[in-house]
Amino acid sequence: MLASRHIMTMDDVTAEEIVHILDTAESFAEVNQRRIKKLPTLRGRTIVNLFFEPSTRTRMSFEIASKRLSADGVNFTASSSATVKGETLLDTAKTLAAMSCDLVVVRHKYAGAPQMLAEVMDCSIVNGGDGVHQHPTQALLDLYTMRQSLGKLEGLRVGIVGDICHSRVAGSLVPALRKVGATPIIIGPPTLMPARPDVLGAEVAYDLDEVLPSLDVAYLLRVQFERAARMPFPSNREYASLYGMNAARLAKLPPHAVVMHPGPMNRGVEITADVADSARSVILDQVESGVAVRMAVMYLLLGGADSGAAA
Amino acid sequence: MGYRVKAEVMDAEAMDRALTRIAHEILEANKGAGTIGLVGIMTRGADMARRLAERIERIEGTPVPVGSLDISFYRDDVATHLSPEVHATDIPFDVESRAVVLTDDVLYTGRTIRAAMDAIMDYGRPSAIQLAVLVDRGHRELPIRADYVGKNVPTARTERVKVLLAEHDGKDGAVILEDDGKGE
Amino acid sequence: MALLLKGGRVVDPAMGLDAVLDIVVRDGVIVEVGEDLTIPKGETIDCAEKVVLPGLADVHVHLREPGREYKETIASGTRAAAHGGFTAVACMPNTDPVCDSGSKVRFIVERAAAEGAVRVYPIGAITKRQEGEQLAEIGDMIAEGAVAFSDDGKGIQSAGMTRVAMDYIKRFGAPMIAHCEDESLAENGVVNEGVVSTRMGLPGIPDVAEETMVARDIALAELTGCRLHLAHLSTAGSLELVRAAKARGVKVTCEVTPHHLFLDEDALVGYDTNLKMNPPLRTAADREALVAGLLEGTVDCIATDHAPHAVHEKELEFELAPFGTTGLETALSLVNTHLVATGKMTWSQVAQLMCHGPREAVGLPAMRLEAGMPADITIVDPEARVEVTAEWFASKGRNSAFLGANLLGKASDVLVGGKWALKNGKVAG
Repeated sequence: MLASRHIMTMDDVTAEEIVHILDTAESFAEVNQRRIKKLPTLRGRTIVNLFFEPSTRTRMSFEIASKRLSADGVNFTASSSATVKGETLLDTAKTLAAMSCDLVVVRHKYAGAPQMLAEVMDCSIVNGGDGVHQHPTQALLDLYTMRQSLGKLEGLRVGIVGDICHSRVAGSLVPALRKVGATPIIIGPPTLMPARPDVLGAEVAYDLDEVLPSLDVAYLLRVQFERAARMPFPSNREYASLYGMNAARLAKLPPHAVVMHPGPMNRGVEITADVADSARSVILDQVESGVAVRMAVMYLLLGGADSGAAA
Repeated sequence: MGYRVKAEVMDAEAMDRALTRIAHEILEANKGAGTIGLVGIMTRGADMARRLAERIERIEGTPVPVGSLDISFYRDDVATHLSPEVHATDIPFDVESRAVVLTDDVLYTGRTIRAAMDAIMDYGRPSAIQLAVLVDRGHRELPIRADYVGKNVPTARTERVKVLLAEHDGKDGAVILEDDGKGE
Repeated sequence: MALLLKGGRVVDPAMGLDAVLDIVVRDGVIVEVGEDLTIPKGETIDCAEKVVLPGLADVHVHLREPGREYKETIASGTRAAAHGGFTAVACMPNTDPVCDSGSKVRFIVERAAAEGAVRVYPIGAITKRQEGEQLAEIGDMIAEGAVAFSDDGKGIQSAGMTRVAMDYIKRFGAPMIAHCEDESLAENGVVNEGVVSTRMGLPGIPDVAEETMVARDIALAELTGCRLHLAHLSTAGSLELVRAAKARGVKVTCEVTPHHLFLDEDALVGYDTNLKMNPPLRTAADREALVAGLLEGTVDCIATDHAPHAVHEKELEFELAPFGTTGLETALSLVNTHLVATGKMTWSQVAQLMCHGPREAVGLPAMRLEAGMPADITIVDPEARVEVTAEWFASKGRNSAFLGANLLGKASDVLVGGKWALKNGKVAG
């Protein structure tokens, strides 16, 4: 069981709880290797995937997780919902609350949407990504993947490269790494840095090549052009030459270090195809652990006497 | 609530004899060790499975596959009772067409066994599932019975039965505990 | 009809007054201020333990009428003003349609005369439809009663256009009120750029978005000789620029809002859209600099930027909700709670910053506690307790940044031209 009934930001979980979630996820990872990948654990519980932003991979990961736990999963996507008719988020939340679900996974274009839901809904809220703010389950699955690949979390140096200021992935991963005793280093041009990186508690570097030899993980972010009002760098070509992960840069990483990416990748921009598909890449492991980690989050949020009316 | 020991129902020697007898019974019922697999329910059931496997190997001369099972995800009371720690399930053999002997220390309501049978089924279709327990204390809530029993011990619902195993508790045995009346 | 305000602490720095005195009002005009006054017949109001101030003016309010009457009307907005202790307001032109012609100014003047609880002074738009491209008919608006000109809500981005506007407005002696915001720097920001924008994952508005425009407008005021009033300054850097400009003799005045004086970005722990305003709540250091500027005199006046919105408009995602907090009804109580009651400010300074300062800056008629002046008078009960709840407001807007606050001191009575706009804490009419 977790102290908070929501996971909206990394502030909602302690370092010990992170370890507990990852340990629990290991058990679920075993289930995901079975022929019959289904558990009766959350039978009769209703989990709503409330997605106001198109997202195939995250939605599918949550959906598979809820199905493997035998929860009744309902998908609500903006295109198929009342929001196109102009219903407010608050009204949608109240409507869902009236249908009494147990857990809502929300993905929204704007920061703070999960907090808005939590104010009017009497169920657990899991943030599936809010604006450029946070994406905590992504950070948890990243930690899981790092622990599986490198055997530990404490002391790791994790270089997060690219569009930091428009990245909810970085928004959660940086505090998550700090909690477990790893060192996040955010790397990119100053135009892609947050206003106050010191608030996040990350080291800042502008030169990727300088820090590569010291890294245990090179974590490449998707360069999300559509979010930037002005192009923050002159061209994809120049971005790739300064910050793209390629074979030459891979060779500068220590031999044990791994390459990660939250997906979807812009091959040829932040990562070359040969690196993405290399043995050093654990990008597909991230996707795989996503299901187990989300199962663990659902299990730990919905289990126990203190949560849910079904007790 | 505190508990105090009301009675010792099995000492180390009795437990040793019971395990040996159960090993023989399993072999007899299954006509040898060739098609069986032992699966212990975490945590003491898993230790019991390992001990039974040793005995069976000693008797038959061939190793028996042993696995351990955590039933946290199969409990019917997840909503009110969350296992503080989930242990890894490890069944290193194919249960398909094998007679799986589930082992647990105490048989009580039967709910744990129900969960364990569901869990085993998710690994495949065993030819049979059998149940071996060290202590059967009664008070079943489901139509479940054990195939192999170390000892039947009549108890009150307010009492608890604790099986001690050297691996965990420093010594072997089984005791009945009762409320010490001291509250929390 | 005679009125005797008996035994209040009468404070007016313009008259050198701060003493327990009586005031006699007859036919809407102050006829005498002095000791132990009596009237043969008429109404006597006991002002013991109260502070009597010349009528306070809020020179930055959004009354929303015409066009956005669901947010506020001239009637409801002026009732809110009276509730907050103001006898006059100057209203911004960003209505629908924009107040950018003489006839639209006349509409406001006439509507205010018919329905207004306090005096209303329209501020005309500088450019047609506030688009920043073509001068609006400044002269026509002056003729109909506009006191000042502003494209408040969005500043004029083009320096060239601003220069033309200042040159032209100078001809009429009216001030230009600048909303200082460089849109190319502010972009889609919703909170102060820095700690909070980083922590909350919200787009930020850097302080320089304001400061570059403050610097530009001061330079243009210096060049053109136009009177410049800077609206809702929010940063320490802006005040520094004003201080230096005043030292050089530039005709520049400025205002700060209660929310920038008494709140900073640290208040943004959740995503409370009532704390979303433009300019955004800045850092604690900025807030302290604004308070210091207020106390030392760099800041000419307190103005609320009263910006009412409907509940459903604020109940949105933070990035989608409109900017603005109401302010008319909480300003005086906040000033008393945080500055007067704590000994940082005198009532004389309050009269300067909320009556004389704003009236001079934006060109409203002067009000003094002096025989012959119209009886526009604010009476304050400095010991009154105020709990700010949604139901407490006279404004249609419930979007106060101070909802839930417990404040000390409140206007108890307000006279506008000798008539009660507020009496015993109740809005008249």
